Amino acid sequence: MEFNKMEALLEKYFEGETSIAEENELKNYFSSSNVASHLEQYKPLFGYFVEAKNEKFEKNISFISKKKKMAWLSIAATIVVMIGIGTYTFLNVNDVKENKELGTYEDPKEALEATQKALAMLSNNVNTGIEGMQYIKVYEMTKDKVFID
Amino acid sequence: MNQSEFVLLINPFKDKLFRLAKRLLVSTEEAEDATQEILVKLWNKNENLDAYNSVEAMAVTMTKNYCLDQLKSKRASNLRIEHSNFTAKEPSLYKKIEDNDSLKWVEKIINQLPEQQRIIIQLRDIEQCEFSEIAKITEMNETAVRVSLSRARKTIREYMLKTHSYGIQ
Repeated sequence: MEFNKMEALLEKYFEGETSIAEENELKNYFSSSNVASHLEQYKPLFGYFVEAKNEKFEKNISFISKKKKMAWLSIAATIVVMIGIGTYTFLNVNDVKENKELGTYEDPKEALEATQKALAMLSNNVNTGIEGMQYIKVYEMTKDKVFID
Repeated sequence: MNQSEFVLLINPFKDKLFRLAKRLLVSTEEAEDATQEILVKLWNKNENLDAYNSVEAMAVTMTKNYCLDQLKSKRASNLRIEHSNFTAKEPSLYKKIEDNDSLKWVEKIINQLPEQQRIIIQLRDIEQCEFSEIAKITEMNETAVRVSLSRARKTIREYMLKTHSYGIQ
């Protein structure tokens, strides 16, 4: 009977005495459909060995270490931040100059008009803000009703 | 050696490195990173590679050492997330896993073994390396490898029998 032979092989296997050919024989036997019922319990073990060998490294191989990549990334990030800060301060200095030139009127009448226009714009914006507040009031009234009653 | 030659050289065994890394580190992502790191190291050794008689054996040894280092530093730096947290005393969980996927469950038993035994099981039962190769990679002698392998296989069997007889006794 085949399973007698397999039992002997299994015994050898657990002692670490089997050769690779014998181990392959075991793997083949346990992946076949006619495994003796009392040996059934070893099926998953050999099944796993066969299956585990099929796992593949699927990532693309890159030739730069991740650590080095990170180093380059941080260098790049530092440069970007430096440029950002640089341009920001540079533009700010320019803005101040421009403001000085734009903010003045020679004619007092024109200046009054401009001021009024600006104030009107401001109050308009404040009003839209207040309109928004009305909703909150309604909400609060409803809330009071619910919680007091 | 240019890049495409290098890829041809490592292609036959890169999966093997990955599987060994995964056996030790358990997480797929970490194993991928480790494999990547080893391949970069090999690439940097480029000119000297011809001097070694087996690049594959060296790569496997490097992977083994790298992963053991990773495990050591992880243990030293932060609380370990227990991958080997599946106690054998929980038959209901075992039973469930057995019903769902008995292969996954063999994997869990193997990943519970000590690192050295895991390496040996991986190299012998999965990658089918000769004992002499394993001995070189693990820096043990062949008898010690055999003993360790036998111990690992018996431990696996013990866990399996425990589970198999669950519900019968």
